[in-house]
Amino acid sequence: MGFDYAPAPESASIVDIAPSYGLYIAGEMVDPVDGTRFKTVNPATEEVLSEVAAAGPEDVDRAVAAARAAYDGTWSRLPARARGKYLYRLARILQERSRELAVLESIDNGKPIRESRDVDLPLVAAHFFYYAGWADKLDHAGFGPDPRPLGVAAQVIPWNFPLLMLAWKIAPALACGNTVVLKPAETTPLTALAFADICRQADLPPGVVNIVTGAGDTGRALVEHPGVDKVAFTGSTEVGRQIARSVAGSRKKVTLELGGKAANIVFDDAPLDQAVEGIVNGIFFNQGHVCCAGSRLLVQESIVDDLLDHLKRRLGTLRLGDPLDKNTDIGAINSPEQLARIRELSSVGEAEGAERWSPPCDLPDRGYWFPPTLFTGVSQAHRIAREEIFGPVLSVLTFRTPAEALEKANNTPYGLSAGVWTEKGSRILWMAQRLRAGVVWANTFNRFDPASPFGGYKESGYGREGGRHGLEAYLDV
Amino acid sequence: MTATDLADVTASSATLRRFLHGLPGVDQVGVEARAAGLATRSIKTTAKQFALDLAVRMIDLTTLEGQDTPGKVRALCAKGRRPDPADPSCPPVAAICIYGDLVPVAVEALAGSGIHVAAVATAFPSGRAPLEVKLADTRAAVEAGADEIDMVIDRGAFLAGRYLEVHDEIVATKAACGDAHLKVILETGELATYDNVRRASWLAMLAGADVIKTSTGKVSPAATLPVTLVMLEAVRDFRSQTGRQVGVKAAGGIRAAKEAVRYLVVVNETCGDDWLDPDYFRFGASSLLNDLLMQRRKLSTGWYSGPDYFTLD
Repeated sequence: MGFDYAPAPESASIVDIAPSYGLYIAGEMVDPVDGTRFKTVNPATEEVLSEVAAAGPEDVDRAVAAARAAYDGTWSRLPARARGKYLYRLARILQERSRELAVLESIDNGKPIRESRDVDLPLVAAHFFYYAGWADKLDHAGFGPDPRPLGVAAQVIPWNFPLLMLAWKIAPALACGNTVVLKPAETTPLTALAFADICRQADLPPGVVNIVTGAGDTGRALVEHPGVDKVAFTGSTEVGRQIARSVAGSRKKVTLELGGKAANIVFDDAPLDQAVEGIVNGIFFNQGHVCCAGSRLLVQESIVDDLLDHLKRRLGTLRLGDPLDKNTDIGAINSPEQLARIRELSSVGEAEGAERWSPPCDLPDRGYWFPPTLFTGVSQAHRIAREEIFGPVLSVLTFRTPAEALEKANNTPYGLSAGVWTEKGSRILWMAQRLRAGVVWANTFNRFDPASPFGGYKESGYGREGGRHGLEAYLDV
Repeated sequence: MTATDLADVTASSATLRRFLHGLPGVDQVGVEARAAGLATRSIKTTAKQFALDLAVRMIDLTTLEGQDTPGKVRALCAKGRRPDPADPSCPPVAAICIYGDLVPVAVEALAGSGIHVAAVATAFPSGRAPLEVKLADTRAAVEAGADEIDMVIDRGAFLAGRYLEVHDEIVATKAACGDAHLKVILETGELATYDNVRRASWLAMLAGADVIKTSTGKVSPAATLPVTLVMLEAVRDFRSQTGRQVGVKAAGGIRAAKEAVRYLVVVNETCGDDWLDPDYFRFGASSLLNDLLMQRRKLSTGWYSGPDYFTLD
């Protein structure tokens, strides 16, 4: 008999999901003007979790007006220290409620509880703590004395890290003295709505944070609203382009964090077993729904067979299934639309002649699932080496020299992140100086810290989030 | 690289050194993160039952004190045969691990039980004695009936880069063992780096070790999860290159059942089923056994019995 891990599910009873939700505007949950609602489902079971309001133009108007009133009336007049106090309070409540929020995130998003519990939630709280500390120290942030906030920020966030992206957006905005209207993704609104409750719990002045749910139309109405001073968006490059176009010529300041097709580069002197872990973490973390995922593996040709042997063996130990099981490594794909895209690009990969491989893996009958997959024999000309798949699909390419590795890594319209694996420090520095990517990880991958700026080159967007650099996006400098 | 290629590795001091230094490095941050990640696995109900029983069966129940007496060893043997007198379904341990002079006592006390008698030898724990003394130590233990020998490597020679000397000493000890199984203690706490742990693991396996073992238990740190992970990766890779399966023994400092279960998770996810067997994975421990028994009983009855319900031997 083998060592079969018995189910170890985290209890879902800790969360309390309402049958329907309104919009969080001016400190109140209110119904949408035209009463339209849509459903949010658990992607692991296809069970409907709740009905959520679809905010129309009038709702967006109300939310922006509430944010403006709060900006003029209270938030911009508060002493900086008081803003910091509210942010610290939000951070503490997020920590206190982290178990509940982790479960809710896994239910609505499909990500394994191991990740929402050990990665998302600790980072969410850390982000608020970090920017709480900046609130009364902006004079010393390097932007001159007494830098001013921008006003009302319109923030549109994706479904891959719902609460973490909320933290990345809201924490620096509030620390700098702005008020916000945030639109969570339509497939993952529940933790943002739980955050609305946390704002009330923290006695945050009404209107400082407003949350409007809805799909693309709501987002468009929000970013195009004339009352908005700042637009922050994380999501696809395609939508990012539309936003850039729509705000061009306006006074709105914009930051965009878009797609990626990161190269994870493994040299022949790499620490092999840790490189394998880094590859797995790079592409299979969060089912590959990560903009900075290491989706292109570039391996030095002399070690490719050995590395693939190790990698395939390791993929055989990944546990796919119930996101709430504490032993699950790979959860559900967030939506049927995303699943269709992953399937489509994978079949393109096969049609173009790359060799597809997945470990033996039972997929649950219900829900949206895709097995961890790797493609070998991929070349730069293949679509799976160029387009962002945003799923658990790894393209393996080889190189012969450091120069070739660099050339291939940079040969993409994207430039969000990259990874370098070698025991040679000088080579890490040589590569890091030349890789055109916002983040370069050395002998690790997908590590985040609120003190570290994050953002892209080229079509991966502009502006930085996190760290001191992240303040600039929310200050009039 | 094939098995025949590996035969050339030990041809000279230079080839052996080149080979060991050519092994892929170990990134400290990465290996510790991987071990910590595996330690978050949640092992419940039937899986826990399986793990607790397996851990009992993998124990080398150990006493290695200057104050050991025949009476103490007999008591330990009785405990090893029937760890939980109140529960006949409790399996016996794998071996009793003692100093060489007490082997006859253990052999007599364990007759017919199938429990192995493991003797530490080669001037345990420091290994600071002439080779002839170490070999005589080994032969005496084997002649007295020990069927497993736990030797220590010469860490001084290893750290000075005299790898072939360490290798030859293991080969000589293996020859002195005859049919007895040889466990080679690396004393990873003194090797200090994971790179050294990997090199020492390969060195011991190339020299014919049947099992590679983390520690004597006399040096801190003794066994740790990341060190054991590195050694498990080494035995896994060694088998895929040579076809020979070498065991691993984590010894020292493992006191809680929860920790033991974490080690089994690491074995399971690094090497797989083939190593989840007392022939290929052992715990060198003394107090661990009682915690395993306590957790075992908690699982079957639903409540914890106090420590007084388990024997101290």
